Amino acid sequence: MKYIDEYRDRDKAAVLVKEIEALVAEIPLAKERPINIMEVCGGHTHSIFRYGIEGMLPKEVELVHGPGCPVCVLPMGRVDDCVSIAEQPGVIFTTFGDAMRVPGSKKSLMQAKADGADIRMVYSPMDALEIARKNPDRDVVFFGLGFETTMPSTALTVLQAEREGITNFSVFCNHITIVPTLKAILESPDLNLDAFIGPGHVSMVIGTAPYEFIANFYKKPMVVSGFEPLDVLQSIWMVLKQIKEGRADIENQYVRVVPDDGNAAALDAVDKVYELRDFFEWRGLGSIDHSGVKLREAYAHFDAERKFALPNLQVADPAACQCGAVLKGVIKPWQCPLFGTACTPETPLGALMVSSEGSCSAYYQYGGIKAQAGAA
Amino acid sequence: MCLGIPGRIVTIDDAGKRLATVDVGGVKRQVNIACIVNDAHSVESCVGDWVLVHVGFAMSRIDEQEAAETLKILTELGEAQAEIEAMRLSEAEVGRAAS
Amino acid sequence: MNIMPFPRPRRLGKVNVPTVTLAHGGGGKAMKDLIDDVFVDAFDNAALAPLEDQARFDLSAIAALGDRLAFTTDSFVVDPLIFPGGDIGKLAVCGTVNDLAVGGARPLYLSCAVIIEEGVTVDFLRQIARSMAVAAKDAGVQIVTGDTKVVHKGACDKLFITTTGIGAIREGLTLGAHLARPGDAVLVNGLLGDHGAAILGARGDMALETPIESDCAALHGLIDALLAAAPNTRALRDATRGGLATVLNEIAAASETAIEIDETRTPIREEVKGFCEILGLDPLYLANEGKIAAVVPAEEAEAALAAMQAHPLGAGSSIIGTVNEGEAGRVTMKTVFGGRRIVDMLVGEQLPRIC
Repeated sequence: MKYIDEYRDRDKAAVLVKEIEALVAEIPLAKERPINIMEVCGGHTHSIFRYGIEGMLPKEVELVHGPGCPVCVLPMGRVDDCVSIAEQPGVIFTTFGDAMRVPGSKKSLMQAKADGADIRMVYSPMDALEIARKNPDRDVVFFGLGFETTMPSTALTVLQAEREGITNFSVFCNHITIVPTLKAILESPDLNLDAFIGPGHVSMVIGTAPYEFIANFYKKPMVVSGFEPLDVLQSIWMVLKQIKEGRADIENQYVRVVPDDGNAAALDAVDKVYELRDFFEWRGLGSIDHSGVKLREAYAHFDAERKFALPNLQVADPAACQCGAVLKGVIKPWQCPLFGTACTPETPLGALMVSSEGSCSAYYQYGGIKAQAGAA
Repeated sequence: MCLGIPGRIVTIDDAGKRLATVDVGGVKRQVNIACIVNDAHSVESCVGDWVLVHVGFAMSRIDEQEAAETLKILTELGEAQAEIEAMRLSEAEVGRAAS
Repeated sequence: MNIMPFPRPRRLGKVNVPTVTLAHGGGGKAMKDLIDDVFVDAFDNAALAPLEDQARFDLSAIAALGDRLAFTTDSFVVDPLIFPGGDIGKLAVCGTVNDLAVGGARPLYLSCAVIIEEGVTVDFLRQIARSMAVAAKDAGVQIVTGDTKVVHKGACDKLFITTTGIGAIREGLTLGAHLARPGDAVLVNGLLGDHGAAILGARGDMALETPIESDCAALHGLIDALLAAAPNTRALRDATRGGLATVLNEIAAASETAIEIDETRTPIREEVKGFCEILGLDPLYLANEGKIAAVVPAEEAEAALAAMQAHPLGAGSSIIGTVNEGEAGRVTMKTVFGGRRIVDMLVGEQLPRIC
């Protein structure tokens, strides 16, 4: 397939691996400790595991899997809110597939569906709007999930609903922003990161300028990366080059898709429909200021939070959950005492085990680390 | 949210609503192209474009030149490596011949 | 086959109403008419004709075909009932035939039990029964006995079918997942994931338009050809729910070996790849209804491959990997990219991803 197969080329991979090895040999810091590169985005985590990239890198390079997985950081209280909306009579609750298995304090959406709630998986918010058109006597709610990548899609759908005068459609908005997340990681005292692989599709919307503070203030290099394995390897190579040359810049490896200025139409729609929340709760990371968005007053009639009475409770993670520490890259998944024992993909306790990109789930399923569970 | 996939726009379904059909490896799906339509690119002109599709929206036009450039860097790296390797081997040959 | 001849031919009943009602499950004339009209008419064979509570067979005739009886059952609840490449009826026949065939059995007879939701149209049932009859004829099996139940609206999703099958395994042929040994080759008979993708596409939730069709087919002919060319074949499994990944894990676990496959040699249709890329699914876990994984001793691998490739249902056959020493039960894949990843058992259901 075009624009996919070329970026899975094995020979070019071998070339990059050689270059990476050569670079690492010339980085003095690598002789004392591993070079810690965090890939922020869940999609990158998935690629790394699916293609076995970690195993191709020299041992001096360590990949730290970051919190850029919006499903992983969904607090249990918000899942409870979803279930509460879905269980209201007449509601059709629509959601992306990934969110179906995240456990709430009593049940997940999957379980609520088994119990009789009308919960439907959709590929696109547009499909949810179509369900609303086809079911005028039902209340259709779309679970708006994701970083800035999906914000425009949800916003454009709301604008389309408004244009058509559709009144039985609303959005339960859980969109979160990437920059406060990055700041929280950079501010974390127990972190020892040398560089970042930046989120490719968030950047497609917001451009590369918002990350300047990472280079200018925190003096860490970042390379915005595509998602094919060659993209990820190339980005790692570019990051190592910066480290070797003592630079800290924001570079764009994903130039074929990411414009440095981002996407104007998408940003306009986002600005029109949303405003920043003062703070938003993240599972495992606690409350982060200005890290989430909600629908503006002008779109109140599309806001599920205003339409439905929600329990809106803060539900704490199980006490032994170490999701926060893993999310920040402070500990590895198998160092969590619950990993592979009480917490497995079949019986996930924390969000990192639920989503196919959560690093715990990835290690468990792709990395064969369950054998090491308990052998911290 | 990262699962974007390259696809080619094959038809415009509804210019007013910015809806088009995209083809991904033979699988077709309707997508919203509002994000890639602007003064420089009218709705109709999008047919044939390669775009990055994410949750039913075409979010970016794939730049063919930049795509080729990205790969060219790697091809050149490979060639440079091969050159160095060839030089190394030929020096080893010379060394052997001399000794 | 020595079967009690029926005393005299009788006129088959007919259903004159368009939809099935609870009366059609009541055991009386209405039910007889439904069975006659829909099933007896379609399946039409001497073993079924007497319509006793059981079909009867001369044991010595079956024993002439082998020294072991193979016996299997499967229920079919596929949604949608009709999909590109087949329907629930064809699936119900081929699925059970394949379950017998992968044990090395020659499939002989099937039973067919149906649970029908009231309100289903009789024309639809006739279509499904005909489909089963065609599939059975193609597979060389007979549907010889059955059961019909009608339940009230909502008690089942339109139609559920359970088929049970018997077959005979010839003397000296023993297949088993536990028999796989380090050094063996792993083969498949063609493109993987078609059925799963066709079903998901046909459900329409994701609004994807695809030309993908189910690969639903009876494989005993292919398997006969394979076993003739590779008589020391260790194991055969049909890669249904859970896909290739699941059967490989089962084989590795049963034989306490490690299996490694090569992504570049694992055949997947371009459209299925596209489908999976859009939804974030892994084709290794998609269901197949006409694909087997075969474990064959290394020295018989080429012959096995040639035999399968020569068969119409095996044109895309490939040697995809090997059985190795290593961590027992571990299945790995050398990726197209050159790295290595683990192919684990599926957890829960594969859900489309956005991420």
